[in-house]
Order: sequence, then structure tokens, then C-alpha cells
Amino acid sequence: MMIKEIIFYILALVITVFSIMAVSSRRLIRSATYLLFVLLATAGLYLLLDYHYLFAVQIAVYAGGIMVLFIFAILLTQKPGKNITPEPLFQRVMAILLSGTGLIFCGVIIYKNVSKVYHYVESAEIPVKEIGTTLMGTGKYEYILPFEAISIMLLACIVGAIMIARKR
Amino acid sequence: MGAIFDNFGSGVIPLEGYIFVSLIMFFAGIYGFLSRKSLLMILISIEMILNSADINFAAFNRYLYPDQMEGFFFALFTIAISACETAVAIAIVINIYRNLNNVEVDSLHELQEPEPSETKVDL
Repeated sequence: MMIKEIIFYILALVITVFSIMAVSSRRLIRSATYLLFVLLATAGLYLLLDYHYLFAVQIAVYAGGIMVLFIFAILLTQKPGKNITPEPLFQRVMAILLSGTGLIFCGVIIYKNVSKVYHYVESAEIPVKEIGTTLMGTGKYEYILPFEAISIMLLACIVGAIMIARKR
Repeated sequence: MGAIFDNFGSGVIPLEGYIFVSLIMFFAGIYGFLSRKSLLMILISIEMILNSADINFAAFNRYLYPDQMEGFFFALFTIAISACETAVAIAIVINIYRNLNNVEVDSLHELQEPEPSETKVDL
């Protein structure tokens, strides 16, 4: 189907452009907005991979929860309408050199090697019932232990965040 | 070699497509992490790095092992962990702002306790 490929290239373009704009924008609130576009386009990629549950989690947790946290933090700590002072040129040039070197290195490796190791599959959505039994099962390849660890970690995170941020 | 160009327009999306997208996102995050001085910008960069890792997990799982769900659950748990990390980090950022009135990395050393020898002089 041609339409899937067109959608993929649109999403790839959106992610590329907005991720670079997000890290180079002068205003924090704009950076957060560009990050929101990147996260939504990533959710679109999950939809193309037929991981519908991951798509919903990405929208709810990242685009819903984390972005609200970011915007609140920016509004609490930043004077409105004020650009942040630009970093020294040397630091930016070094960062561009380092990340550009890594990008070219990994890009060449991927371009030359990855297509040897996979084949195309007919994709189908994973049923949510299977996800649920795998998440709550105790057998091999089932995930009750990380699930419980995550629940304890979320509790610790709530307690820790309140302890750190409260007024004394 | 270069399945992304061989398959252009044929309707299938090669695995390289997803990996290249996440590669660009990852190194944009690295650039932001190294070059920006605001703590919130560093956090935004970390979110992008984690998100690009998630794309890789999901894409590798779908293309290489479509009958299993390891990459899917890794991505799921990574999203939960990054939510925790962001909440705690933003609490720390707000606490720093309350003490220093800015969130620049350069001024963080002002949060240190004074040296023990100096406090002895004060006594």
C-alpha cells in the first residue's frame, strides 16, 4: 500500500525538522511545543507499526502527562517573553561536531549493514487481551515482576517529587 | 545495501527508515544535551533520546521477531520510567529555582554547602 509509505515519510520529515528545531530554539516554551510535535509524530510511527496500545500509551503519558509537567515548569521558572541568553559559540560548535560525527558514524553502519538481517512481515494488531495476560502473567516471557517494580517506582517517584518540591 | 532507496515508492517501509528517524532524533538530543545551559532544555533533550530508543525497540520487535513482545514491553516500561524521571527532575528544577532564581547549569555550584574549614572560622 502506497499510502502507508507516504504517511511514513511525512512523519519522518516532521520528526527530523521539529527535533532539530526543539533543541535549537531560543525560547523554552517553543522548544516544549516542538517536542510535543515530535512525540505526536512518534506516536504516529507506533500506529504504522500496528502497536496500537503503545500509541495510546505514548499519547497519554508523553503528550499528555510529561508535556503538561514541562509547560508548568517552564511557566514557573521563566520570565514571560524573555529569550534565554545564547550559549558560547565554542560550546555549540563542539556539540555540533560531536553529534555530527556520531550521526555520520552510526548512519554509515546502519546504511551498510541493517538490510541484511530482516524480512518484511505481514503485520497485524496485537490483541489487547494478549497484552494483558502477558503483562500480568508469572510464566516465562511474562512480565508481572517488572510491572510490580514499576508500580513501586511510581510510588517512590510521587513521594520523592513531593518531598523535594514542597515548601519548608 | 541501502534498502531505503531500493524500496522507494514500492509501498513497503524498510527497517532502516525507522532506524534513521530515531538516529536523527537521538543525535539532535545529544546536541541539545551538550550545547544548552538551561536545565529544562537538558531535560527536553533527554526526553528525545529516550523516545528515540523507544522507536528502535518497537521497530526491531516488529521487523525481526513479530511473534514475540519483548521490545513492545521494553518500550512500555521505558515510557513509564521516563515519566518518573521527568517528575522528579522537574521537582528538583523548581527547588533550584526557589533557591537561586534561575535554572542555568553554570550557577549550580552555588548550591553547595560551604567548606568545613570555613565554617570552623565562623565559629
